[in-house]
Amino acid sequence: MQKSLLIDPAKCTSCLQCEMACSFEHEGVFNPAKSRIKVFEFEHGLRAIPYTCTQCAEAWCMQACPVEAITKNLATGAMEVNEATCVGCKVCTIACPFGTINYNQSTGKVIKCDLCGGDPECAKACPTGAITYVDADWTGYGRMEAWAVKTHAEATAGPGG
Amino acid sequence: MGWQKKVLRVDLTKGSCEPEPLNMDWAAAYLGERGLATKYLWENMDPKADPMGPDNVLIFATGPLTGTMASTSGRYAVITKGPLTGAIACSNSGGKFGAELKFAGYDLLIIQGVASEPVYLHIVDEQVEIVPAGELWGKTVWETEEWIKAKHQNPLLKVASIGVAGERGVRFACIINDLHRAAGRSGVGAVMGSKNLKAVAVYGTIGVTVDDPKRFMAVVRETHALLAENDGRKELTELGTNAMIDSMQAFGSLPTRNFHEVQFEGVSKINPEAMEKVTPGGHRNLLANKACFGCTIACGRIAHIDETHFTIVNRPKYRHASGGLEYETAYAFGPLLGIDDIDALTFASFLMNEHGMDPISFGGTLASAMELYEMGVITDKDTDGVALKFGNAEALTVMAEKTGKYEGFGQVLGLGSKLLCEKYGHPELSMTVKGQEFAGYDSRALQGMGLGFATSNRGACHLKHDVFTQDMEDQTGQGKAKPCKDSQDLISMVDSTGLCLFTMAAWGVEEFQQQIDAACAGDWTVERLLEIGERVWNLERLFNLRAGLTAADDSLPKRLLEVPAPSGTAKGQVAELDIMLPEYYQLRGWTPEGVPSSETLDRLQLQG
Repeated sequence: MQKSLLIDPAKCTSCLQCEMACSFEHEGVFNPAKSRIKVFEFEHGLRAIPYTCTQCAEAWCMQACPVEAITKNLATGAMEVNEATCVGCKVCTIACPFGTINYNQSTGKVIKCDLCGGDPECAKACPTGAITYVDADWTGYGRMEAWAVKTHAEATAGPGG
Repeated sequence: MGWQKKVLRVDLTKGSCEPEPLNMDWAAAYLGERGLATKYLWENMDPKADPMGPDNVLIFATGPLTGTMASTSGRYAVITKGPLTGAIACSNSGGKFGAELKFAGYDLLIIQGVASEPVYLHIVDEQVEIVPAGELWGKTVWETEEWIKAKHQNPLLKVASIGVAGERGVRFACIINDLHRAAGRSGVGAVMGSKNLKAVAVYGTIGVTVDDPKRFMAVVRETHALLAENDGRKELTELGTNAMIDSMQAFGSLPTRNFHEVQFEGVSKINPEAMEKVTPGGHRNLLANKACFGCTIACGRIAHIDETHFTIVNRPKYRHASGGLEYETAYAFGPLLGIDDIDALTFASFLMNEHGMDPISFGGTLASAMELYEMGVITDKDTDGVALKFGNAEALTVMAEKTGKYEGFGQVLGLGSKLLCEKYGHPELSMTVKGQEFAGYDSRALQGMGLGFATSNRGACHLKHDVFTQDMEDQTGQGKAKPCKDSQDLISMVDSTGLCLFTMAAWGVEEFQQQIDAACAGDWTVERLLEIGERVWNLERLFNLRAGLTAADDSLPKRLLEVPAPSGTAKGQVAELDIMLPEYYQLRGWTPEGVPSSETLDRLQLQG
């Protein structure tokens, strides 16, 4: 079963533990400048929105890569960059509509979320549950459930409930 | 590791920016942040220097755990000589700026001299430039952050800056980073202004490493879990620091109307419950809670003001969310001024952040001015026609803005309450220690806290000691000297790590020790860390003694020593400083004159 990162911005406090966990896992350094997940703040910090690669099934980055350095991990569903093959041409960074694959000046290669091989560190580091790792087919389950709970409450409050 | 082992020294007189290796002997003896910067300050300036003159040195300091996955790792400290007090200033802030400075490769940023024209610093890793800031001079903190990010086309820059209050030398001007986090106390923003330095903007891509990554991550998992499960932590997350207002009200230790009273009838209108309440018009003050860098507590409040409120009804630019009420702001604008209007308090709090001022000292100063006004010592002629009466919400917001913009009577308020009360011939009305206004804890009900206020090296301050538990159990001065001293030493150490004091809800000294020991090379025992705390405290004391302060400055205002508490659990009591202080000096290994003895200096390797 493939899983997906599920992000709930309403729960994000913008602590950036995810960015540190990501850079530590991939670079061995606490360094948000090298994180594959970024948190964006709006309205003096009122809202914070974590954003990262959603692992497109037909990934623009993969299709654009001229040297086939980006391949799909069949177990996790992640599009992964093979560093040994990547030539740093950056065509993938142009192709990606979401901006979630980026060039890394210190290595001359591109970096993107690879789901940490199926055990994403950002989700483990998140203290509020704003980032979770769930069944890829059921990223909407929680939201559906919330509406169902609401409907249930209305039904039981009504006549004959 | 933990440290970047690099200091950035900027001489604004010469216009030079030079990196230099961190003195690792000093790091071993003073750890980082507060402690290490105190050592650098001691070695780099004469404590007698004019705090607003070219010889004062301004240090931004991170700790070895700043910018790591340890919870609350966003802290940095600003260490300098404070213009409000003439003593060492030690102001600690969160937000994201401190971690960014560390990520750029620096443990400390040392600023000396004075620029010949307004400038700001732009730092991207090794690239450091002093940039003319003529266009920025006169702008608010909020405008400055936006302007600098736009100018460098870099939204990832983190900015610490001052407003007009800091430019014009308001003695309690602070440094604001990330729009609403403050290195708040003792006038560190005025020092920055005196150097013609408007802002420091930094972006770092180097990152932080630790000595033993595997062990560090294992320890961090445990310390995160301890915080997650802790009830004190949960209260901070859910209610914010303003939860304190209900405790202080119930106990009778909530300074009200310039300390005439210790309980405030309007608390229910400005407490956490009031922040969450929806008005008949559908407005709710509190919108969300947010975290500083690396913090798994997230005590910060994000709030907004009712659009129909008189403060902003014609000012749409303030119809947005920003940093909401913390306890100290709620206390200093609420009970201390007798005001129960939550929107006025929130607006004044926004103004403090926008213009870069310390709300505790502003509130304390306005409280003394209100007392002078009600006594008839100052009149409408002095106050630009504003009735400075206790309870007048408009007086609070108008004066906050005037002080922030350095206009009219705001210039007088900008002196701080000590000089203001002296100016009008009533020094006894100034509720200060060493010239700094009190945080919201009355020393007649909380005796050990009172001892801490009297002996704090930066003047009245609630963040350098913690005797709450003992004070709540017993309301005399007996036995308070030891917990006061011990907590001062412990907190001095915690302030030197790069982490936040609020973690102490769940962590003891062992948790700090384990994180430091895994992150930093060398053998870090609990004993060694506590000794560092004591060393830091004593070095701050030495700085103050050399600056000219004496035991006479370890005192409390007469109102606390002679006028009994009018109500609450300590009704009829005064602060028993006379019992506590001699015992405290003795426990510290200081002479009866409050000077560290030769043996104490030897024991702490502070001789010479």
